[in-house]
Amino acid sequence: MISAELLNTKLKEQFPELDFEISEFRDELTLALPANNIVEVCKYLKTNPELEFIMCMDITAIDWSRRKDRFTVVYNIFSFKNNSRLRLKANLKNTDNKIDTVSSVWEAANWHERETFDMYGIEFNGHPDLRRMYLPEDFEYHPLQKDFPLMGIPDSIPLPKKENDR
Amino acid sequence: MIDNELKEVHPKIIQALLDKETDLSVEDALENEMILNMGPQHPATHGVLRLVLRLDGETVVACVPELGYLHRGYEKLAENMTYYEFIPHTDRLDYISPMANNVAWVLAVEKLIGIEAPPRAQYIRMMVAELARIASHLVAIGAFAMDVGALTIFLWTLREREKILDIWDMLCGARFTNSYTRIGGVSNDIPPDALAKAKWFIDQFDDNLTECEKLINTNRIFIERVDGVGVISKEDAIEIGFTGPNLRACGVELDLRSNQPYLKYDQIDFNVVTHSEGDSMARYFVRADECRESAKIVRQVLEKMPEGNIILDQPKKVPAPKTGIYTKMEELIHDFMIVNFGINPPEGEIYNAIEGSKGELGFYLVSKGEGSPWKCKIRSPSFCNLQGLPKLVVGQMVSDVVAIIGSIDPLMGEADK
Repeated sequence: MISAELLNTKLKEQFPELDFEISEFRDELTLALPANNIVEVCKYLKTNPELEFIMCMDITAIDWSRRKDRFTVVYNIFSFKNNSRLRLKANLKNTDNKIDTVSSVWEAANWHERETFDMYGIEFNGHPDLRRMYLPEDFEYHPLQKDFPLMGIPDSIPLPKKENDR
Repeated sequence: MIDNELKEVHPKIIQALLDKETDLSVEDALENEMILNMGPQHPATHGVLRLVLRLDGETVVACVPELGYLHRGYEKLAENMTYYEFIPHTDRLDYISPMANNVAWVLAVEKLIGIEAPPRAQYIRMMVAELARIASHLVAIGAFAMDVGALTIFLWTLREREKILDIWDMLCGARFTNSYTRIGGVSNDIPPDALAKAKWFIDQFDDNLTECEKLINTNRIFIERVDGVGVISKEDAIEIGFTGPNLRACGVELDLRSNQPYLKYDQIDFNVVTHSEGDSMARYFVRADECRESAKIVRQVLEKMPEGNIILDQPKKVPAPKTGIYTKMEELIHDFMIVNFGINPPEGEIYNAIEGSKGELGFYLVSKGEGSPWKCKIRSPSFCNLQGLPKLVVGQMVSDVVAIIGSIDPLMGEADK
């Protein structure tokens, strides 16, 4: 398991300007960092020989509903070398729901980011194929946003036309 | 190139398919490429998986999987119900091994609350999770063999699986959709006949599995259909996010049971099965060998299972048994609180994963200190394994696509959430 101190010194050394915060809850490390730096930090975490977080397990987002900066994008990465997980959290500024894609760092991020886009409407700049993952292309809502009603929105997906309607 | 018959396929999917870079050179290339839609109603796609393939002759040049035909929005539902209420919903994720999903969910919630189930409950959970793995792998092996034309083995592996379903039936009264585990333990103790049946099953299982394997391991048609088909390298498999048997078939020794032991796996002696070839054949071998390892684990679990409580005695966090509620004041108060307001774990977030039968099955929970999770993310292994499918099928024949899907063993209930 990788220690918070090691991660702290490593990041301080590589990114002296970076405004980050490491927290621990139930023996899990969380690294909160600004959304602008996500790609360079991810690249570093993946390639640094002492860290080697070579596997991207999961990407998702949290909708905080009433907070000013509404969305947080969460990355869950894994290192074989240290046998440990790390969670990255990037708060998005409320002005735009956009963040750079990390699919250039981990290929696995591709679908995870598509799913996050589908469910939360967060756009990933530079994503090679940003289509909806689950829902139909002409669906206009993002269902995991907190203001989407649990019962759905009537008529939001048009039913397929019957033969005799044509 | 795009003819009228393809108007059912959304233009964006076609575009994604055409955008796929491909430097494949095909012998006897035809002048025209063809787009073939496979699924979601297709017997060999194991549910409602849909693939849109770009073909040159019979060779696959590019492939775009389309998911979502079984999307039920479980993550949204989880945000609107208590932690207890979500247990039955986990059954419907990976519906071939519902027990393992129950275990994964309660372990995640227990980690969030900060409690641990009593040892006997942990051993029972280990037993049902391993039986679920055997059941899932048996279906995977049988369906895989059936996909490439060997029908008999499917009947034989399902006969074995039937015995596991019988054990579950005795254990909790349901063959599928068990909802057996509870937060802080399991719903009821193992009845003696279920224990005896589990012992009997493990004793006869090895021979029966060998019998099944004999049908195909030396079968030339089977070997030529799967050997060297759908190869993926170690590096690519890690990069694309493979976990479980699919990753271990590439020679990567990642098994959460031994890497990051949960439950009591650190007290059990078992091997992590790996094969180095990374093809469909290797994936089949890993599953078959893992069945044997799981049987070994169940045998040890049955020997080592301690006596004791099956559910934690902490009325504040775990609902007390009915007798306690009717006779004791404190239990009654907390039961009222739990039923009305939920268990209210502390504010925080956790990610907990177990080695499910398809790979790493994880739950990411964010709590705001309320009765229901603020956010629940299911890290489903089938979804991540399916992402590697285009890598595997490109350059193969159309008929091999069926074999490759079978060897990956995706389960759409889990991939689509």
